[in-house]
Amino acid sequence: MPANPLPDAEQLLASLTDRMRPAVGPDTGLVGIHTGGVWLAERLHQALGIKLPLGTLDVSFYRDDFNKKGLRRNVKSSDIPFDVDGCKVVIVDDVLYTGRTIRAAMNELFDYGRPASIRLATLVNRGGRELPISADFTGAEISAGADESIELARDAQGRLSLQLTRN
Amino acid sequence: MWLDPANPQLNKNGELHHLLSLEGLPAGVLRQILDTAESFVGVTQREVKKVPLLRGKAVFNLFFEPSTRTRTTFEIAAKRLSADVINLAINVSSQSKGESVLDTVANLAAMQADMFIVRHAASGAPYMIAKHVAPDIHVVNAGDGRHAHPTQGLLDMYTIRHYKGDFTKLRVAIVGDILHSRVARSQIHALTTLGCPEIRVIGPKTLLPSHVNRLGVQVYADMRQGLKDVDVVMMLRLQNERMKGALLPSAQEFYKYYGLTEDKLALAKSDAIVLHPGPMNRGVEIDSSVADGKQSVILPQVTFGIAIRMAVMSLLAGGQR
Repeated sequence: MPANPLPDAEQLLASLTDRMRPAVGPDTGLVGIHTGGVWLAERLHQALGIKLPLGTLDVSFYRDDFNKKGLRRNVKSSDIPFDVDGCKVVIVDDVLYTGRTIRAAMNELFDYGRPASIRLATLVNRGGRELPISADFTGAEISAGADESIELARDAQGRLSLQLTRN
Repeated sequence: MWLDPANPQLNKNGELHHLLSLEGLPAGVLRQILDTAESFVGVTQREVKKVPLLRGKAVFNLFFEPSTRTRTTFEIAAKRLSADVINLAINVSSQSKGESVLDTVANLAAMQADMFIVRHAASGAPYMIAKHVAPDIHVVNAGDGRHAHPTQGLLDMYTIRHYKGDFTKLRVAIVGDILHSRVARSQIHALTTLGCPEIRVIGPKTLLPSHVNRLGVQVYADMRQGLKDVDVVMMLRLQNERMKGALLPSAQEFYKYYGLTEDKLALAKSDAIVLHPGPMNRGVEIDSSVADGKQSVILPQVTFGIAIRMAVMSLLAGGQR
C-alpha cells in the first residue's frame, strides 16, 4: 500500500481549532454534517468550550441530486437541540468540494429558524466549487482530481485520518 | 420486463418501485423503510414540518373505497414532502369494474401523475394498476380488499420496534376479525420477515381463515389463553357489517369473549403494548379503559404512520429509473 499522500487529519483539526477560537464563544451554535462533520464538530465543541448543545444535520432530504440518485441508505436523523432563531451558527463539514452539501445544509437549517449568521468550517478545502460558497475556517487546501475522493475516517480509538480513493 | 416478475414491486436491483404488499419483501427493504421513517419522525417535530424531496411531483390519492384516516395521513405525508396532492374519491358503483379503472388511471397519468396511492375494495386492484402504468409512475397500495394494507403493517412494525426493539424476542398476538383483515395479513408477513418467533392469532372460528396456520401462526379461540405472556397485543377493528351476516351473534357477545378489557390484558406481560389500526369500536373490540390506558400506543401509531408514509413515498420517488 502506498504511503498516504494526505496530511494528518489530527494536525489539521488542531490548526482549524486555533483558527476558530478567536471567532467563537460559548453561545455559538455548532452544527456538524453527518458523518465526518459530526466527528469534527464533537471534537471542536469540546476543545472550544461551547456551551450550547451540539447540533447535527443529515442533509439527505435536501440534496439536489435526489431525483437522480434517490435516498441513500442509513439516513441519520437531524437534531438541532438549540434555538436557531437569532443564533450565530457555524456549520462544520469534513471536505468542502462542490458546495452542494453546504447549500442543502443551509436550506435545512432555515427550516429550524432564522439564524443571526452562518459561517462554515471545513477540515479540507479541495476546490472544485460549483456554487458561490466558501469556507470561513479551513484546516488545509488540498488539490485533488475530479476522479479522486477525499474522505474522513475515524478508527476505534477515535483518531481521525484522511483517505484518498480513486473512482 | 424490468421489474422482477416474481415480485413486481421490486426492480431488478431489488429496490422498491411500487409498494403493493409486504409479502415477499426482504427484511433489508423493510428495515430500510423503518430506518428512513425514523429520520422523518424528527422532521415532523420541527417548526417547519416540510422537506423539499418531492417538490414538483404530483401524488394522486385514488380512493375507490371510502377512507378518511388513511387518505388524510397519505395526504399529510405527501404535503410534508412538498408534493402536490390531488384527492379523488371514486364511487365504484358509478363505474363498471376492470377496464374503466384502467381508463381512470390512464387519464390521470396523462395529467402527469408521478404516484398513485390506491385503495380499492377488490383484492389485487393495485397490482393491476401497477402493471399498466408507465415505468416512471409508482403505485402504493393503501388497502385492497382482504389482501393487504402494507403501510399499516409497516407503521405497526415501526411502533413495535420503537417500544420493544428486537423482533426476535417477541411474542405477538393479533386479535379479532382475521378473516376479513388485510391489516392482519400485512402484520403477519412483516412480523415473520423481521424474525418474530411467535405470532398468535386470536378470534372466533368464523372469523379465522381456514388455513391461517399455514402462515406460520398459532391459532387460539380462547383469548385468555392466547394473551398469556405476550409482549404485543394488536387489536383489529370489528367491521359492523360482519354482524349482519351469520358470522357473529352480536357485538355484545363478541366483546364478552374477544373484547380487550383490563382483566384480559393483565394476562399479557406487564409491559405489553396495545395497538389498534383505528377507527376503534369502543366496547366492541376494546374497552375504553384499555384504549386510553398507559399500555396503549394507539395515538403514537398515527403519528408514526405519517413518517412511514413519507419514507415509502420518498424511497419510491427517489430514482431507480
